[in-house]
Amino acid sequence: MGISLKWTRVARTQPRQGLRAGLRSMSPAQRREARWGLIFISPWLIGFTCFYLMPMIASLIFSTYSFKLSAPGDAHFVGLANWKRMLFHDSNVWEGLRVTFTFGLISLFIGMVSAFLLAVLLNSKHLLARNVFRTLFYAPTMVPLIAAIVIWSRVLNPQTGWINKLIDLFGIHAVGVTGLRWLDDPKLIYFAYTFIGLWGIGNAVLINLAGLQGVPTELYEAAEIDGASWLKRLWKITIPMVSPIIFYNLILNVVGLLQYFIVPWVLNQGSGYPEGTTRFYMVYFYKQAFTFQNMGYGAALAWLMFIVALIITTVLFTTGRSWVYYSSEER
Amino acid sequence: MSKPMGLERTMSSYQMARRRRNILIQAGITLLALTVLSIYIMPLGFGVMTSLKTKDQASDPKGPIIPSEAVQYEYEGEKYDVVYVPSDSGDQEWALIKKSRKTSQFIDIHNPEKGIIEWEGNWRALKPVFETSFQWGNYREAWDTIEFLKLLKNTFVYAFVTMVGTLIASAFVAYGFARFKFPFRNALFMVMISTIILPPAVTLVPTYAFFVKVLNWGGTWLPLIVPQMFGNAYNVFLLRQYFMTIPRELDDAAKIDGAGPLRTFISVILPQAVPALTAVALFHFFFAWNDFFGPLIYLAGSRDLRPITVGLTEFNGLYRTEPQLILAAATISMILPLTIFFIAQRVFIQGIVITGVDK
Repeated sequence: MGISLKWTRVARTQPRQGLRAGLRSMSPAQRREARWGLIFISPWLIGFTCFYLMPMIASLIFSTYSFKLSAPGDAHFVGLANWKRMLFHDSNVWEGLRVTFTFGLISLFIGMVSAFLLAVLLNSKHLLARNVFRTLFYAPTMVPLIAAIVIWSRVLNPQTGWINKLIDLFGIHAVGVTGLRWLDDPKLIYFAYTFIGLWGIGNAVLINLAGLQGVPTELYEAAEIDGASWLKRLWKITIPMVSPIIFYNLILNVVGLLQYFIVPWVLNQGSGYPEGTTRFYMVYFYKQAFTFQNMGYGAALAWLMFIVALIITTVLFTTGRSWVYYSSEER
Repeated sequence: MSKPMGLERTMSSYQMARRRRNILIQAGITLLALTVLSIYIMPLGFGVMTSLKTKDQASDPKGPIIPSEAVQYEYEGEKYDVVYVPSDSGDQEWALIKKSRKTSQFIDIHNPEKGIIEWEGNWRALKPVFETSFQWGNYREAWDTIEFLKLLKNTFVYAFVTMVGTLIASAFVAYGFARFKFPFRNALFMVMISTIILPPAVTLVPTYAFFVKVLNWGGTWLPLIVPQMFGNAYNVFLLRQYFMTIPRELDDAAKIDGAGPLRTFISVILPQAVPALTAVALFHFFFAWNDFFGPLIYLAGSRDLRPITVGLTEFNGLYRTEPQLILAAATISMILPLTIFFIAQRVFIQGIVITGVDK
């Protein structure tokens, strides 16, 4: 995958010169090619300017205003008041980040390990009817998220849901009021949400699968001759070889989890039930920006989320250098 | 010069042992996959089963798994529950006519002419008799209550229009990145890729304010459709990767024939890239089908424009006590995406694999 990692390197090889100077040093044919190129990418350039660049700047400006959408005339400049309130006087912000991180770590770990192991299983040469299994394992990813949430919230019902009935079969008491109350127990809620998320791992599984198929078979043959066990081969060959793919999935997952919103919103309209364990950061952002229409404060909250995302991805990219393995470093 | 008999036999028995071991591994792994799969898609079965139950059965913790109804027996114009009563010759299906703590009165539903039977024992310990009965009417009721046809039309129009728009725009942009040299090309490409990491919340507030207050587009589909007409990072990336695999000789041949960049794009690149274009179209279609956040904020209050996701969420909130209707609605909402997926699964899975491959 490597694409995002090569970013800094590619950017640096670009000669530092202005657009105009660059154009001037070109031959007419090169200039014509450049013009066509820019014409073809112009939809994205326009879209990027209108829906990314300008809103980002506007958002930063908004964050220094007290601005209610219901009364736009009352908007006034407040300097860093929103930022001060957010960072020092609003416990909801930190609670939101804590909830998001706690759930994020649980869900990230379970989700990524499941997606990887499932891909290994679906890549096994011993598995009969592999394509049928691949299709069926992918199918839940196609279930619209809202329908998935609705179904899971019922299947996790302590009395009537099948999950508890299944667990009961293994001799663990789960059914009933004293059993496992997945969506009402603060200790279980994150696992319940993680289960719902497992229905969306199909894409990660397929990307892992593509990575597994790219591992040269000679490596396994050599290891087999050396008598390496299955676990050892997985740990010493497979995981290092697909680490770029794992890294790619990690980045996408982290970015997605920071914006976790829909499940708590659909299940309890952002009330934080049970015991505030589902007061996710994005839920708080949504309430401030759209329920209370505090656009200025909402913009500040969004920027904080952006900064947090930037810090985390930077840390991941920096540490990634030490554990992500590229077989063709200079490609 | 023949080999000694013994060696030959050990060879073949070695091979046989190896083959037997392979079959065992195959059976084991396939069984494992089957077990994991059944647990993984079990909620789907639960959803369908519950959606076919009566309201009482759907919330009865002790009821059978298959949609059923308690059997009732009509006796002198009144309906009575039928229960299993233990007797010397196995369980009897008797209708419980008169409940009493010590002795209750029953009618044998298979031999009603025998008249009322007195039975000693606690009737509460008796298990009710169920017969399978699928409540297909739940689907009809859910369909009508949620106004599904309207939701379906809204969702479909939204998904289709934005699919066409994003496909054209993304293919254009991908062609530009794949085939032309221009200043800052790599830097711009990386900027585009990095927009994937940008939380949408950052741009949401000003975009929302602009669409709703400046353009007065609140309560219309425009704020949802227009931004998708410019191509997005995922689609452009996938298409560019694919376009790069198309041999440049084809472009050059078209150029010699006098085709300009636009003609080359339409008559050479696009026909060669049908698999990738199909994958992107499907990806987008499913994304739009699932889109929740955008419609939630922009269509707040305009009930007639809601897509399935928002309609289903409201329905889930309003009909909490009717799980069978909610699950019927959820089942209806996933039929179309699942059907399309099963028809197009080869293209779809291929499409993701293309994105996953390092080029």
